[in-house]
Amino acid sequence: MRKWIQTAKFSILALFGMVLLAGCDNSKYIVLNPKGPVGHEELRLIIISVILCAVIIIPVLGIFVYITIRFRDKEGNKAPYQPEWADSKVLEIIWWGIPIVIIAILGVFTAKTTLNLTKPPVQNVKPIVVQVTSMDWKWMFTYPDKKIATVNYAEIPAGVPVQFILTSDAPMNSFWVPQLGGQEYTMPGMSMGLWLQADKVGTYFGAGANFTGKGFAHMQFKVKAVSQADFNKWADSVKKGSPVLTKAGYTKLEKPSLEKELSFSSYPNGLFENIVNKNGGKYYHHMSNMGDGSSMSGMDMKK
Amino acid sequence: MQQSVSAKFSDHDHHDHGHVDQGGLKVLGFWIFLVTDCLLFATFFAAFAVLRTHTNGGFTGKEFDVPGFVIETFILLISSFTSGLAVLALNRGNKKALIGWLIVTVLLGATFVGLEIHEFSSMAAEGATITKSAFLTSFFSLVGLHGLHVTFGIFWMTGLILQLFKKGITSVTKRKISIISLYWHFLDAVWIFIFTVVYLMGVM
Amino acid sequence: MNTSHFFVTGDPMIYGADASIVLVTLAIVFYLSYFKKWGWLWREWITTVDHKKIGIMYLLASLIMLFRGGVDAILMRLQLAIPNNHFLPSEHYNEIFTTHGTIMILFMAMPFMFALFNMVVPLQIGARDVAFPMLNAVSFWLFFIGAMLFNISFVIGGSADAGWLSYPPLSENQFSPGPGQNFWIWGIQISGIGSLATGINFIVTILKMRTPSMRLREMPLFSWSVLSASIAILGVFPILTGTLLMLTIDRLLGGHFFTMDAGGNPMMYVNFIWMWGHPEVYIVVLPAFGVYSEIVATFSRKRIFGYSSMVFSMIAISVVSYYTWAHHFFTMGAGADVNIVFAVCTMIIAIPTGVKVFNWLFTMFRGRIRVTQPMLWFYAFVPTFLVGGATGVMLAAAPADYQYHNSYFLIAHFHQVLIGGVVFGYLAGLYYWWPKLFGFKLNDRLGKWAFWLWQIGFYVCFMPQYALGFMGMTRRMYTYNQTMGWDMGWAPLNFISTIGAFLMGICFIFQAWQIIYSIKHGERDVTGDAWDGRTLEWSIPSPPPVYNFAILPTAKGRDTWWYQKQEMKQDGYKKEPVTFEAIHMPKNTGIPFIMAIFWFIAGFGFTFQWNWMGIIGLIGVAGTLFARSFQYDTDYWITAEEVEQTEKALGRL
Repeated sequence: MRKWIQTAKFSILALFGMVLLAGCDNSKYIVLNPKGPVGHEELRLIIISVILCAVIIIPVLGIFVYITIRFRDKEGNKAPYQPEWADSKVLEIIWWGIPIVIIAILGVFTAKTTLNLTKPPVQNVKPIVVQVTSMDWKWMFTYPDKKIATVNYAEIPAGVPVQFILTSDAPMNSFWVPQLGGQEYTMPGMSMGLWLQADKVGTYFGAGANFTGKGFAHMQFKVKAVSQADFNKWADSVKKGSPVLTKAGYTKLEKPSLEKELSFSSYPNGLFENIVNKNGGKYYHHMSNMGDGSSMSGMDMKK
Repeated sequence: MQQSVSAKFSDHDHHDHGHVDQGGLKVLGFWIFLVTDCLLFATFFAAFAVLRTHTNGGFTGKEFDVPGFVIETFILLISSFTSGLAVLALNRGNKKALIGWLIVTVLLGATFVGLEIHEFSSMAAEGATITKSAFLTSFFSLVGLHGLHVTFGIFWMTGLILQLFKKGITSVTKRKISIISLYWHFLDAVWIFIFTVVYLMGVM
Repeated sequence: MNTSHFFVTGDPMIYGADASIVLVTLAIVFYLSYFKKWGWLWREWITTVDHKKIGIMYLLASLIMLFRGGVDAILMRLQLAIPNNHFLPSEHYNEIFTTHGTIMILFMAMPFMFALFNMVVPLQIGARDVAFPMLNAVSFWLFFIGAMLFNISFVIGGSADAGWLSYPPLSENQFSPGPGQNFWIWGIQISGIGSLATGINFIVTILKMRTPSMRLREMPLFSWSVLSASIAILGVFPILTGTLLMLTIDRLLGGHFFTMDAGGNPMMYVNFIWMWGHPEVYIVVLPAFGVYSEIVATFSRKRIFGYSSMVFSMIAISVVSYYTWAHHFFTMGAGADVNIVFAVCTMIIAIPTGVKVFNWLFTMFRGRIRVTQPMLWFYAFVPTFLVGGATGVMLAAAPADYQYHNSYFLIAHFHQVLIGGVVFGYLAGLYYWWPKLFGFKLNDRLGKWAFWLWQIGFYVCFMPQYALGFMGMTRRMYTYNQTMGWDMGWAPLNFISTIGAFLMGICFIFQAWQIIYSIKHGERDVTGDAWDGRTLEWSIPSPPPVYNFAILPTAKGRDTWWYQKQEMKQDGYKKEPVTFEAIHMPKNTGIPFIMAIFWFIAGFGFTFQWNWMGIIGLIGVAGTLFARSFQYDTDYWITAEEVEQTEKALGRL
């Protein structure tokens, strides 16, 4: 039996090793390798929570191993045996106390981070707004400032806070760009705000994270962070060189399908607001959260 | 008078350590069931509270038929009172009065259900059906769920009346009557909430 | 409903399932007819109201469901083993993960839990049955028929494919037309009503049926865990019933509770379903905690440490679990205040859970630990659950959850707590109480093979999934392309995970073989006290006679049997003459089974929107209730002489 345990332990260790080795290239752990302030803030909380948990888990595992070995029922075991000893106020206070303290610390960090993330990551740069609509099974991005639209990719200026405003014209999905920061649901009839920001120029992986049916697995998109100048250039080229998204065009786009990356030089007036409203938006005015405390009217931020 | 085994058991086995009062168990079990039923209604109340403004531009709470639901309320309240009278008759051991009051209660309950069906169908005739808006869906479901409970209670009570005819007042029928009267009062209490939350707050 | 779509067609795997279902059915029918077993089946099992037999039926059903859910898991892992795999198409994969989740929680964990409730609680509290034996049978048959209804969707009509909790609007008619989603609704609805009844039954049983000398604060901890789980069932299953009813109204009558149009509110469903769903996972884990408490004390030959603290923490868990549901959708954007409250409540649950671990460890401390099969599973539980709990605390930190949510990190977490906490716990309980129910122990050698394969398989399968979460892989993807597979590094980890799933599949074979082998060769237990136990269930013969206790036992404090044994030893095993009395027992009845058949007819009818059939079924259900109300002859007496003879035959006199 002992030999068995040894073999088992060894194989588990070996496998852990393999997994770790496979992950040596830590750039693949995109969640742990954020490229923007929101992702960094969340990573900080992840690290804090890991440390706080480890503080408890590791000693407990140590005690566990010690006890299982020391108090085994075998001939000649000289460890004390006290079958009636079943209460200790001091010990109880210790092990109710320690977790309470740890949870309290983690609770404070959690609360702080939660509040921080409702604000733009940097205050001194003027944010841009990108409206996001999840559909079956594609993503549409509309830029109210530029009046252009894209499908399955978004361009944003690096170093500028982006207020993504999320809704859905299909079953609920979730908008997730791991390297920029955590996700938020896109829900029919609601428009929710999510602050993200890319610090570095680059192309980031984005995905729909909430199951929406047959084509769900293909709902990835790219978020391309470029310099402000390149962003303006890109917007101009889309404005000049891309087709128009008409009402009829949207009706077609809305039907369940998979799409490649598309760009549109313009879209029907109030497209995003109409999508929100036709799915019940009028009932949720009070709930619409722009992330910065302003209300639904913020959606009309088109100049 | 025929007596069931379980009745015999609870009547003269008090010396037995294994004695479990079967009747008491059932009453306790039924109380707990009522708690769960209460939570079921609470879920529908919650849904109604969320959806009551979601009228989709159609029928709103202001359009409820005031005399209609007031009469329904009175009839149900009176039936609750008569079921109470039935229990009083039961405690006096008066089988005739007991059956009489139970029949009155059943008839009042049936009238209540009839009025409710009339209310629903006249709303439907005006086009206010369950498919029209989330508000109407939650309204019909909540009130209908209560109506189904009452209907079920009517059949149940009818069954008990038949048993009373056959068996008379025994410890078993006694328990059964006290359980159904509990049920009936419970439905009445739920209706008071429906009356207040759905109808009164609707027409206000 | 187009009848040409009645049978699911077009997939060789489904034809295979069709064929095997027909063959197995024929084999069973043939066996029962050839050996003239139909009467036996009806008298001994279908109409039984004996809690022990009902427990065994729950157990059997849950093991079959474990097999079905496990096959689903392996199919999923096969599909994901390599990028761009074409083994399963999207629709089929979606059906399989929906089925896997639903079956594992509702048709495997729940009945396994009820099996333990039924097999153990009355014996442990010195009762002759549960409070409502016939209702107990109703619960079982409702569960069974619900499970069958859900399972036939695989070959008839098509399975649900909107996820195990079927969020609308995806699960509404607009996006999921057809019977599949209805099968899901009615399968769960029917078995859920059964679960609710079980909850009521065991609360009353524990409060009222304890042997008169057993005080609540001296009750064994497993029974305490059942009480706290039952109270939680009471609090949340009505919400499930209501929510499913609303979804039914939407789908069947064209209502708008959760639709996208006409003012429906899909997010309300998400709130409701998790108000049930989160406490539900605590419901299934609490009895596992109870099992561990019994096992650790027994095999450490020591009193459980911090009994009051254990009881308090279980009740705390079942109460606080009502206030954590929103942590399943921190990403809904409900606002910082809401998220903070629910995050903190979720973390608070970790406190009593952690305290329990400390208490178990200190029960072993200064004890004498025998490493038996049940104890092995406890050993496996501690590290697995600690790490699973830690990742749970990580998930509870709301802003960090924005990064884990719906990713494989989450998948790894809940499998770690559900397998490490619940499955290990139930298996520990199964190995522990098996000799009590069947009179023999399960083979050690095969059990150890299964155990180690489980451990290795589990870690190989799920550790890579934590990493996959950090790599941005989201759940419920039926495939991933070459870029994600290689450039983003998902493929190697997925492949390793698939190997782990296969290892776990192999252990199931070992365990099935272990049971079959032990029926013939298992170590027989003639003492009734296979493990040198501490609680009352070990004071009676194994398997126990139909009335459990010939004379209701006297409980003197906690671990009463342990101290009774010491007293007996001091007295030199002197036997006092006993006088038996007649015992009052409930009669078997076919009504629960017939009622369940009508539920099946109702569920099947509504599933295919044949409302006439559904209504006939419901009328049948009401009819059986009515018929039962008119039954007065429901009990019988076992005479004192019969009791004496039985006890003699069992070697107890």
